[in-house]
Amino acid sequence: MARAAIELIGIDKRFGLVHANRDINLAIERGTIHGIIGENGAGKSTLMSILYGFYQADRGEIRVNGKKVAIIDPNAAIAAGIGMVHQHFMLVENFTVLENIMLGVEGAPLLSKGIAKVRATLRRLEEEYGLEVDPDALIEDLPLGLQQRVEILKALYRGADILILDEPTGVLTPAEADHLFRILRKLKEQGKTIVLITHKLREIKAVTDNVSVMRQGEIVATLKTKDASVEELAELMVGRRVLLRVDKGAAKPGEVKLAVENLTVRDNRGCVVVENVSFNVRAGEIVGIAGVAGNGQSELIEAIAGIRRAVSGKVTLDGRPVDVTGRANPAELRQRGLAHVPEDRHHMGLVLPFEESENAILGYHDDPRYLKGPFLDIEAIRADAQKKIAQYDIRPADARLKTANFSGGNQQKIVLAREIERDPSVLIVAQPTRGVDVGAIEFIHRRIIEMRDAGKAVLLVSVELDEIRSLSDRILVMFAGRIAGECGPEASEGEIGLLMAGVEKKAAAE
Amino acid sequence: MDAYVTLIQLLDSTIRLSVPLLFACLAGLYSERSGIFDIGLEGKMLAGAFAAGTAAYLTDSAMAGLLAAVLVSVLLGLVHGFASITHRGNQIVSGVAINFIAAGTTVILGQAWFRQGGRTPSLPAAARFGDLQLPGAEALRDVPVIGYIYSELISGHSILVYLAFLMVPFTWWVLQRTRFGLRLRAVGENPAAVDTAGISVPWLRYRAVICCGILCGLAGSYLAQAQGAGFVKDMTAGKGYIALAALIFAKWRPVNAMFACLLFGFLDALAIRMQGHPLPLIGEVPVQFMQALPYVLTVVLLAGFIGKAIPPRAGGVPYVKER
Repeated sequence: MARAAIELIGIDKRFGLVHANRDINLAIERGTIHGIIGENGAGKSTLMSILYGFYQADRGEIRVNGKKVAIIDPNAAIAAGIGMVHQHFMLVENFTVLENIMLGVEGAPLLSKGIAKVRATLRRLEEEYGLEVDPDALIEDLPLGLQQRVEILKALYRGADILILDEPTGVLTPAEADHLFRILRKLKEQGKTIVLITHKLREIKAVTDNVSVMRQGEIVATLKTKDASVEELAELMVGRRVLLRVDKGAAKPGEVKLAVENLTVRDNRGCVVVENVSFNVRAGEIVGIAGVAGNGQSELIEAIAGIRRAVSGKVTLDGRPVDVTGRANPAELRQRGLAHVPEDRHHMGLVLPFEESENAILGYHDDPRYLKGPFLDIEAIRADAQKKIAQYDIRPADARLKTANFSGGNQQKIVLAREIERDPSVLIVAQPTRGVDVGAIEFIHRRIIEMRDAGKAVLLVSVELDEIRSLSDRILVMFAGRIAGECGPEASEGEIGLLMAGVEKKAAAE
Repeated sequence: MDAYVTLIQLLDSTIRLSVPLLFACLAGLYSERSGIFDIGLEGKMLAGAFAAGTAAYLTDSAMAGLLAAVLVSVLLGLVHGFASITHRGNQIVSGVAINFIAAGTTVILGQAWFRQGGRTPSLPAAARFGDLQLPGAEALRDVPVIGYIYSELISGHSILVYLAFLMVPFTWWVLQRTRFGLRLRAVGENPAAVDTAGISVPWLRYRAVICCGILCGLAGSYLAQAQGAGFVKDMTAGKGYIALAALIFAKWRPVNAMFACLLFGFLDALAIRMQGHPLPLIGEVPVQFMQALPYVLTVVLLAGFIGKAIPPRAGGVPYVKER
């Protein structure tokens, strides 16, 4: 294949016992968009880190444009014309766009010349690719979509011919994602080669020419995208048949279990981030809150769960008021039947260095079931954990293993098992499938629907629009701290997308 | 006129007393802007002062004293770097350790070598940095108001005083206008961004602690060779900590740092002048109260008046490449 921009031959990498990449052979054609999909832990990111010089492969070689190159560090990758847009942006937040772009390629010990050159190049790139951005804006003032554009510009400024994007759409609204795809197509037309790493099948279908599927460190297939169906790709990824649509019957909403009235909440910096929000959740229904991350969802659920004090407003749980502006605390709310699966399981849901069984009782450790007098009853705790492990198919099935050693999906199952098995009357689930692979997503979704069918009130918060649409019986869209609109599950993605971007229904109709 | 002279003299000692603070504060600035917290300014300064006193006494050369101070202080800085950059140790623990090492070693070595209770012998004029008379200082002395300011306040300091104040715009220029400065600021905020840009995070941070060492050495040299005439046990007397307070107060910016150090220097000068002078209404103020003022002021100002001081985001956190 003479037209290959990148060839990976026999790449092999181990981290201790983990065999992250097994004998990878992959050729990426020049001037194409090549997708790489796989579940978390399939080895996609490791492979790309090897290509970008973050790690060294144990064996194998890399060829760029037919020539063998040794990529020993990011500098070597840049010299070979490879640029990378990381999943977590590698930007200095209180620097300007300009400073971020020139960092590492300043050109001379003094900055003035470099600054002039960056400005000129930015103007040229703006004309060529439509990549507009104010060079003097501070990164922290820019929306995530623009920050990502700065990352792309950084790579282009360094003369990248081959651009690797690692999960680029995780933080974007649907409209921003579409815009990104337009940019990628334009870059392709100009002869750039693009590698897109994602676990979202829809994106693969939308924008790539070829696609490689990774599973457990191996490339299991490389296909032309137009010849592959979404179902086929999902099956290749997971290694078994996967149900992509969630099967669920109609909701049978009962009485109101959770009522929120005019709730106003401030964030840590004292800004009002939730303003006059009112809604309610009935028994036997799932209410989904959609929205781009950072529009107040996190603070809203924290206030309801008693973690953050609200400024004003009323919350009623099971018909009895909750003192959200004063003394409400998570322990009390738990006792009253409110379970909370927090959005960030690493910070709030789990103590990673603890063993699995300890996390399985976190927050419920004063339950007499787990106590023997004033002491914890370790036997009972482990037995209980082992039972949940079996029920939720948590792997590895070892209640004494350190929680950090479980994969993201299994960690999420640990939290879910803990909260659901308490038989709460209201369940708040935030970002239930963030960083969770397809197989586990299916399982988690089924559990959430089972909760609904058992007559629980479920409040689901997610930035994944697909998830919101397939699970919810009613959808609320949050934008800038307010409920921008409500729609049914049949609402189109475009309709919800507009609300997420802050376009009011009326304005959208005009 | 008497009040005027008093005021100028007060300001003059303010300048003299702020110089070691300013050197140390700028030293801390280089280190902390790169993400390495440095509570060991005090120890580096003290060790520097001891080295300056010893070397200047043995060689009779002021320059040799200064170089020895810088060398010793840089070496201690590298120890801090080795612990906190290479081995990703706790930066506070490492800094405190350096302070203890310096406090103990200087006295023991001083006693072993010179047998004067831990001090170094007093330095002759040639081994010190004497006061410089700026051109025209004498001639202008009698010009009303301005002449006195020029001859008393601006002229008549040692070369190190002028160097300290020149370091302020120089540091600003380095941070804002040079490649090194850009990278230094970046590595203190987001080392991962620096790493992915193909720049070595450890080497960059090592250079920052070296800069810090040099400036602490200058502070030490000033104490032993300009302000004093030789090393005295514990002669830094907490100046390293005041410099840290000034750094926070200045929000890690060089020009602010200068004003913060001048303010703390002024309080110090005031404390000295007030000794034995009862205040109207209040009576005599205990000297300890005046000495505590800079710290009280820092807490009060940080708590309410200057707003939140946001340290470099990656400060104190060893950089580990994520998998």
